[in-house]
Amino acid sequence: MRRTITLLLLAAAAAWAQDTCVECHESLEGDLQAPAKAWPNDVHRARGFGCADCHGGDPTAMDPEKAMSRAKGFRGAIRRTQIPNLCARCHSDPDLMHRYDPQQRVDQLAQYRTSIHGKRLAAGDENVATCVDCHSVHDIREVKDPLSPVYPLRIVVTCARCHADEKLMANYNLWATQPEDYKASVHWKALAERGDLSAPSCASCHGNHGATPPQVSSVAAVCGLCHALQEQFFDKSPHYQAFTDLGLSGCVVCHGNHRIEHPTDAMLSVEDGVCGKCHEADSPPGKTAAEIQGMLTKLAEELDRSRAVLDEARTAGIEVSEADVQWAQGREKLLKARVTVHSFDADAVRRDIDEGLKITAAVYQAGLDALKERDRRRLGLVFSLVAIAITIIGLWLAIRSREQRNASRKAAEG
Amino acid sequence: MESSRRGIVYWLLGGGLIGSLASFLYPVLRYIRPPEVAQAAVSEAEVGAVNQFPVNSGKVVRFGSKPVLLIRLASDDWRAFSATCTHLACIVQYQPERQRIWCACHNGVYDLNGRVISGPPPRPLEPFDVHLRDGEVIVSKRA
Amino acid sequence: MAPAVIAKIRWWLEDRLGLETVKEFLAHKSVPRHSATMWYYFGGITLFLFGIQVTTGILLLLYYRPSPNEAYESVQFIMTQVDFGWLIRSIHSWAANLMILTAFIHMFSVVFLHAYRAPRELTWLTGIVLLGLALGFGFSGYLLPWNTISYFATRVGTDIAAVVPLIGPPLARFLRGGSDISGGTLTRFFGFHVAVLPGITTLVLLLHLALVQKWNISVPPKVEEEYQRKGQEVPRIPFVPDFVLRELMAWYITLAILGVLAALFPWELGQKADPFAPAPAGIRPEWYFLAPFYTLKLIPSHVWFLEGEVLGVICFGLLAAAWACLPFWASRRDGTIRTRLVTGAGVLLVSYLAVFSALGYWR
Repeated sequence: MRRTITLLLLAAAAAWAQDTCVECHESLEGDLQAPAKAWPNDVHRARGFGCADCHGGDPTAMDPEKAMSRAKGFRGAIRRTQIPNLCARCHSDPDLMHRYDPQQRVDQLAQYRTSIHGKRLAAGDENVATCVDCHSVHDIREVKDPLSPVYPLRIVVTCARCHADEKLMANYNLWATQPEDYKASVHWKALAERGDLSAPSCASCHGNHGATPPQVSSVAAVCGLCHALQEQFFDKSPHYQAFTDLGLSGCVVCHGNHRIEHPTDAMLSVEDGVCGKCHEADSPPGKTAAEIQGMLTKLAEELDRSRAVLDEARTAGIEVSEADVQWAQGREKLLKARVTVHSFDADAVRRDIDEGLKITAAVYQAGLDALKERDRRRLGLVFSLVAIAITIIGLWLAIRSREQRNASRKAAEG
Repeated sequence: MESSRRGIVYWLLGGGLIGSLASFLYPVLRYIRPPEVAQAAVSEAEVGAVNQFPVNSGKVVRFGSKPVLLIRLASDDWRAFSATCTHLACIVQYQPERQRIWCACHNGVYDLNGRVISGPPPRPLEPFDVHLRDGEVIVSKRA
Repeated sequence: MAPAVIAKIRWWLEDRLGLETVKEFLAHKSVPRHSATMWYYFGGITLFLFGIQVTTGILLLLYYRPSPNEAYESVQFIMTQVDFGWLIRSIHSWAANLMILTAFIHMFSVVFLHAYRAPRELTWLTGIVLLGLALGFGFSGYLLPWNTISYFATRVGTDIAAVVPLIGPPLARFLRGGSDISGGTLTRFFGFHVAVLPGITTLVLLLHLALVQKWNISVPPKVEEEYQRKGQEVPRIPFVPDFVLRELMAWYITLAILGVLAALFPWELGQKADPFAPAPAGIRPEWYFLAPFYTLKLIPSHVWFLEGEVLGVICFGLLAAAWACLPFWASRRDGTIRTRLVTGAGVLLVSYLAVFSALGYWR
């Protein structure tokens, strides 16, 4: 017990003494002060690490000369080319990392070396991203911390710091439009507007430490991670072999890559949709595209039509929740058909569409019945109102005739 | 003249009263007659006969206005979960060959306790209780 | 049936019930008639609407189930599966609102016609109690369909009850049957709505009607003076059939309005209450609670040493008490009435209720 207390006291004293770096740098200005200001939020500080664990030197010495003497291993500012190895001293050490988190991965450096960033850094290019460019430095936060620059909602901003820089990107023959394109995509909308953190950001498709663009052959696999059914249909479709032979990357051909907008049925149009890029309108594939588009449009219209009737009935106060549930099932069929489109097989799509049309027909009928019910109610009301009106008139006449009688009696008396 | 006018008044009054009372009473009499559909307890739903559900299969059944995925793992091992995916409300399905619950929309996967194994769903599926009564399968809300 | 048998039955009943006295009494009962008689009918209309509420309420009881798991679904069942269930529920909701409206009109007509004056102080007081009971009916009945809006409105309402000084917290706990709105609250409110309040209301209502009968309908002072100046008596009409016919006409007009409202604008059911969902935007109580609700929102959170809400609730309490005591501060020592003061107070109250209800509705 006593030993524990002594140890704790010693540890506290050590932690206190470490502060000499921070203490001194806080009173400096500009670049020399910034690390000390950022440090309080750093996850490493919270885990008991100090400046010297990266920068070397003697954090207990009050004298700057001694504290930052090369003899004590002081390294000063870390060269960019050395950063990955420096971080990896701990982050690639399973024994050390698992003391803090048994689930923690330790392959980041290995992954980084396979990335374009890592390869270029190894070749001496200091302009590429290293650990600190994405994770920040001196105020490194956990990835799940919403303020971390690699938190899903902020990752695109972090990547854009370089990838939206035209001048910098020009050196690598890259466009700088990807971040803007991505921000117009359905994925960013899901992430930012709906707050769905499972929606893909840059790293979901490109990887994080091993950042590379997915290769032509692997795009479908990347998209298929979430869009599994579409991938299954596509892989069995005639396009799969054709695109592979042409060296085209599956999904991207029609949907684009970064600017993936919400797909519409109009995309199937041979005139101004994506199918028309390759197929003539009077060719068999062109006809199939038109047929599929026609079916989808038909079901969508039927859904709208039955929706309108249901809404009209509801505003008239008729309960249509039962039909509402059915309508949702019909919509489900349309969504299913839109997935089946990726088989490019008109018969397969028709099966889904027919099921949907059967449902919308029933829903539409239910809506019409509801409107009939409304009319019946109004008729009943009219009947009741007529009876009430007759009674009121009768009452009024009775009152008036009594009044007249009274008046004539009074006149006779008077 | 006087008496004929009074006659009209009485006819109007009597007819109106009888007509209006009829129009009040008719709905009431119709109302007190219980409807054909029984007012089912909403905390449970009969979803079909036991033999409608083969072993190692799943079927989406109606629970009120909500879809519920009923899974029969073994002859006496039944599971039921809300069939609405917690991600974007698609309807999930049972995959007998992999014994898991799968949402086709974005490849969300749940285990047979409704917990998320992989994919985008943010929450587990809400579980329901299953009972058997006279050869009928009863799904009920978990208290 | 032979007339002799009918006569026999009549005499048998007459011997046991004394119907002749009732007939005699009704034949001689008369009510004054003058330019402001029209306002008399609102009391009767309120009574009529209360009757409709009792009838439709009993009908709803045939299918309603007061538990959080079933309340919403049972109302939905009434509205979709039961023949004319939509109509019965819609009438119950609409008549409730109309009843509170006519009760208010009745109260203000009593104020502006100075009918509260001696010896009718107790009639006024019982009337005020009846209005409070009507509001209680509205508040407790609002929760019963167990939909989102009613759930959160009840939460806000009971939160306000909780700030009443001293008795507030236990009062709110008593109302809710716990620390928050739950299934227990629903059971309680159901009990209040169908047993406690109807029982009390029936008693107070009988007292109110007995007092009206005892002191007859008042003649406004102005009208009385006018006839005195002319040296005439205020004219009267027989209760049966003249007044009854007129009252019946008023009821039928009310029925027509009620029918149109209920059939063309059926009361909505909304979404089932979800205690874990965030409160939807724009939660507000029924229209008759809007004015105090909006006022409480306007009061700054701290006034002097008091919390704003506490101050508001105290003020409303005092105001209601002063209003209930109106017959007492309205008359001078010599028995005459401070008509201008009362009219002024009435106009002020009406304009306050109108303006703040409107603000509460549209803001």
